[in-house]
Amino acid sequence: MTRTRFHQNLDDLKEKLLVMAGMAEQAIQRAMEAYRVGDLSICDLVVRSEPAINRMERDIDQRALDLLAMEQPMAIDLRFILAVIKINADLERVGDQAVNIAERVRDMHNLPPVELPVDIPRLATMAATMVRHALQAFIDADPAMAEKVLLMDDEVDEMNRAVYGALARSIETMPQHSQSALNVLLIARNLERVGDHATNIAEDVIFWVRGADVRHHLHTAS
Amino acid sequence: MGAGIEVKDLNAWYGSTHTMHDIHLTVPANRATALIGPSGCGKSTFVRCLNRMHETNPIARVTGLVKLGDLDIYNDAAPVAIRRRIGMVFQRANPFPTMSIYDNVASGLRLGGFVRRKQIDEIVERSLRRAALWDEVKDVWKRKSGASISGGQQQRLCIARALAIDPEVLLMDEPASALDPISTSKIEDLIFELKADYTIVIVTHNMQQAARVAEMTGFFLNGYLVEFDATTKIFTNPADKRTEDYITGRFG
Repeated sequence: MTRTRFHQNLDDLKEKLLVMAGMAEQAIQRAMEAYRVGDLSICDLVVRSEPAINRMERDIDQRALDLLAMEQPMAIDLRFILAVIKINADLERVGDQAVNIAERVRDMHNLPPVELPVDIPRLATMAATMVRHALQAFIDADPAMAEKVLLMDDEVDEMNRAVYGALARSIETMPQHSQSALNVLLIARNLERVGDHATNIAEDVIFWVRGADVRHHLHTAS
Repeated sequence: MGAGIEVKDLNAWYGSTHTMHDIHLTVPANRATALIGPSGCGKSTFVRCLNRMHETNPIARVTGLVKLGDLDIYNDAAPVAIRRRIGMVFQRANPFPTMSIYDNVASGLRLGGFVRRKQIDEIVERSLRRAALWDEVKDVWKRKSGASISGGQQQRLCIARALAIDPEVLLMDEPASALDPISTSKIEDLIFELKADYTIVIVTHNMQQAARVAEMTGFFLNGYLVEFDATTKIFTNPADKRTEDYITGRFG
């Protein structure tokens, strides 16, 4: 009773999710490029890519639902499909964060330029690295790699707190630039959320491969 | 009430072929325990060892301990006495074709020495009710042949026949594999109801069925019990790779 066709369908679902992951990653990269160079056309590109990500999310969910209904998967296959459904939602939210960043960049374009004492590209690199490592863990079914992502989340949270402190001080000392500071604060918040989504993806990989629920620092195998 | 079964160092042979190896297992009382595994893995042999059916084959042999509650079934009682306490239902419904529905259920009682008509009537009705068959046969139970009803009804009739002698354990060897989905769901609902009063061991090839009805599941392979655990654990996160490969259809 080997289920060759079913396992081929699981492989196809994985492929599809990786395409979705590529779209979400590209959206974040473009949003940060727009921030770095202040290019509104890139912002437009990010916003225009969102409906495609949303369509892909629905398509993947439908395929996963069909497999649950038609194949009654068990054990690692069941955990895989649950992980795909959750990772799919996280990737869609990563796409939303990219759009939020693009909108902040658009808003900043109409404001006088200012040098703020924060390193947003560094925070962006960190968040993007978390996403890439979480996805690599998914591709390789590698829970050890996923655990590394969980550790990086604390670092991103710390960087976000430092950005918050620095921008709060800037708003006090340069009140004329408070709107720009608020935009950058929101971008930092968006990037921190991207890190959270990467963390969720990493947790889902651990659940899929090991059957262990490590969410909310629950480090006991279920 | 049902009784638990404790199995230790159970080995079985057909002639010189060693078919079951060192089985250790505790079947909890008043629960359904499912046994799964590919054809020829030993799961049917195992249940046949639980009520000494295995030894009805002249070339078969069993060693080890099987206890029903405090009773050592291989040393403390005769096989017939054991089979009264541990009933069995088979894959193919096997009602006595020349007997009425009523006489099918009453047959075990009569063999057991029951003679009072009123008492037999009460027990047969109660057994048919417990087997969820009463409403469908109450108008014809004394005149219609046990073989004239549908396959699903015949299987419930066999369950009623097994229940009539008031066993503590009910062994079911693929009881629904020849039935349509509606009859299957009636048998599964029945298993759920019966757990309150009996310990149930069910052999099944249908893993969704095991997942639906059983609290505990054992996976057999090549005569070995590979894994025995809570059904939810077996079907979401089994400990042994062989169990996982089997239930996910990677071999078998």
